[in-house]
Amino acid sequence: MAMPTEFRIRVEDALKKDEVRTHFRKAMDTLMTNRRNQFPDEAELQRLRTQAQSIRANALSKLPELLEQLESNLVRNGVQVHWAETTDEANRIVLNILQQHNARSIIKGKSMVSEEMGLNHFLEQQGIEALESDLGEFIIQLDGETPSHIIMPAIHKNKEEIARLFNARFPHIPYTDDVDELTRNARAILRDKFYSAPVGLSGVNFAVAETGTLCLVENEGNGRMATTVPPVHIAVTGIEKVVEKLADIPPLFSILPRSATGQPVTTYFNMISGPRKPGEKDGPTEVHLVLLDNGRSTIYSDPELLATLRCIRCGACINHCPVYVRIGGHAYGTVYPGPIGTILEPQKEGLRVHGELVQASSLCGACGEVCPVRIPIPDIINRLRHDGVRQDGGSRTRDAGTRRKRLEAVTWRGWSWAASHPSLYHLGSRAATRLRKLMPQRLGAWTRVRTAPALAAQTLHERLKALGVDHE
Amino acid sequence: MTMQRPEAAYFFGTCLIDLFYPDAGVSAVQLLQREGVRVIFPPDQTCCGQPAWNSGYRDEARKVARTQLALFDKPLPIVIPSGSCAGMMKTHYPALFRGEPDEDRALDVAGRVYELTGFLVDVLDIRLQDLGAPVTVAVHTSCSARREMGVADKIESLLGQLARVTVHEQAYKTECCGFGGTFAVKEPEISAAMVADKTAHIRATGASCLVSQDCGCLMNIGGAFAFQQREQNQPVPAIRHIAEFLWERVNAGPAATGEA
Repeated sequence: MAMPTEFRIRVEDALKKDEVRTHFRKAMDTLMTNRRNQFPDEAELQRLRTQAQSIRANALSKLPELLEQLESNLVRNGVQVHWAETTDEANRIVLNILQQHNARSIIKGKSMVSEEMGLNHFLEQQGIEALESDLGEFIIQLDGETPSHIIMPAIHKNKEEIARLFNARFPHIPYTDDVDELTRNARAILRDKFYSAPVGLSGVNFAVAETGTLCLVENEGNGRMATTVPPVHIAVTGIEKVVEKLADIPPLFSILPRSATGQPVTTYFNMISGPRKPGEKDGPTEVHLVLLDNGRSTIYSDPELLATLRCIRCGACINHCPVYVRIGGHAYGTVYPGPIGTILEPQKEGLRVHGELVQASSLCGACGEVCPVRIPIPDIINRLRHDGVRQDGGSRTRDAGTRRKRLEAVTWRGWSWAASHPSLYHLGSRAATRLRKLMPQRLGAWTRVRTAPALAAQTLHERLKALGVDHE
Repeated sequence: MTMQRPEAAYFFGTCLIDLFYPDAGVSAVQLLQREGVRVIFPPDQTCCGQPAWNSGYRDEARKVARTQLALFDKPLPIVIPSGSCAGMMKTHYPALFRGEPDEDRALDVAGRVYELTGFLVDVLDIRLQDLGAPVTVAVHTSCSARREMGVADKIESLLGQLARVTVHEQAYKTECCGFGGTFAVKEPEISAAMVADKTAHIRATGASCLVSQDCGCLMNIGGAFAFQQREQNQPVPAIRHIAEFLWERVNAGPAATGEA
């Protein structure tokens, strides 16, 4: 038997942790209920989804032009725009800016693209401290972990764990497991850091081409602090986040928090349109935008896979996934977990490393059903399974064909041959039912929790023939 | 989509029913005949091709699917006692045959596919009289019946006509049972965790029978029930495909009493 893969080991490990599973279930239940309550009218929900889908699809249909427009408008607004093809390039761009300012530290708002870049680790190696200021990110950074969810990065931790963690890291602060007090403590620690950090870094939710505006959706105000208090602000984002017009923003901003946390609106919505202008009292004196490709252009070039890039990172697919709720985010071993990670990571990082993820789906369709921009996630999973084993060279997906296994391919060819020759199929099915008593009662993993399925004494074909059903 | 009441219909039995659950197939045919529909069962039918399609082996799936396409020449509805196989033919054949010489034929077949309960309710407007003893049931709707075929409410509507059948709703009713075809084999641990929860939720309702439109789910959930009964000596519900259950209720058969 083959060695279990790293993914399988992580999955088995995660499934053993009953407490964590119960915790995830409760958390996801709350998120699902909150979302449902935000959309009491089904027809209205479908209208909003269609609208959001068309806004994102429209933007992607003219992505190169919109990116050019975005850049020229940002430059006009005084924002410095940088293009990075790889995460390594993106990291070096950020480092360069920090070096120009002799910055030894940065304070970060939440950014999944910075996770994708491995920015914290990179900067650490350069002797630069990157401090996370989103509460969830702050917590997992204290514990040396990565996010287990794209919008609730510390969702895998309960409050007692967080209380113990704070107590271990900040022994001078009296122990508490009161959530409000823990938040207050984190806030006090971070407040000073905001004032002293020479550079703030953030992600971007939407970049408006028409006006050169960077929109940032958040709840804690740390995003506003990180983008306004330090003298330099660096925003990092993927090239797909652009939208055409300012008028595209209200529908997207309406459906994003409702789909994500089930909030009607977030506490903060920041629209960043450039550095401090003469006469203005606050804001950074320098604003940079780093636009990262990291495989997105390849996704963009495939008409079917392109839908992957519509994603607005709400996490609804994750919250509704029956696989995610059982194994949690870390088991995926990727930056983006859950259904969106299942389609994005194998495309971004290649099928060789993450191709196994596309098997970890029952194709139940819960993700596609809730996606606010109607990404056909199950169809894309199916397509990536095909890309994994195809030999026709018909896909640009990274490492296409590399997941093909000889025995599996031979089995499917044999199955296909038998099931496309009815007489052979009937011979086989009749033989199987006659010999059903010889059928093994142990069928590997299936019979670890189930009995083996019992073949019938006679096939349906035989039964219906005996009943005289028309066989024309 | 609704159509006029047809005088005849094709029946596609599915390979799972052919080999493991022929009673479900026979009952489905009998229900259709009871409504005055002449049932045509093309003998050369094998499998819709879904297992290979979902495994990424599209050429192999297409070869099998093509064999089925040839069987339904007359402009008659094609009734399938499975949301999953119906979903394959209705929603995935168009993609599977895109750009192929027989694309038009695939689209024609896809357009005529009905899942059984949808057909009984929407097209035949079936009326059922319950001749069975009082029984409590739980319903599990397959993900494809729910999301691809949109027929989740049809099974409830059919059960609603049965005076002595009480439906008990389990927690997490809309959640996948963890079958997912090859998923159960490729990711057995996750699948096992899913079916463990599913069976626990159904058993918690105290229903004496579980009905479903799909034999894939029944194989998974029923297999887990049988295992729990054998290994833990626990009482578990009987399982029935909806066609078999309905046929037994209108004829006072075994499911009428809720016995396995």
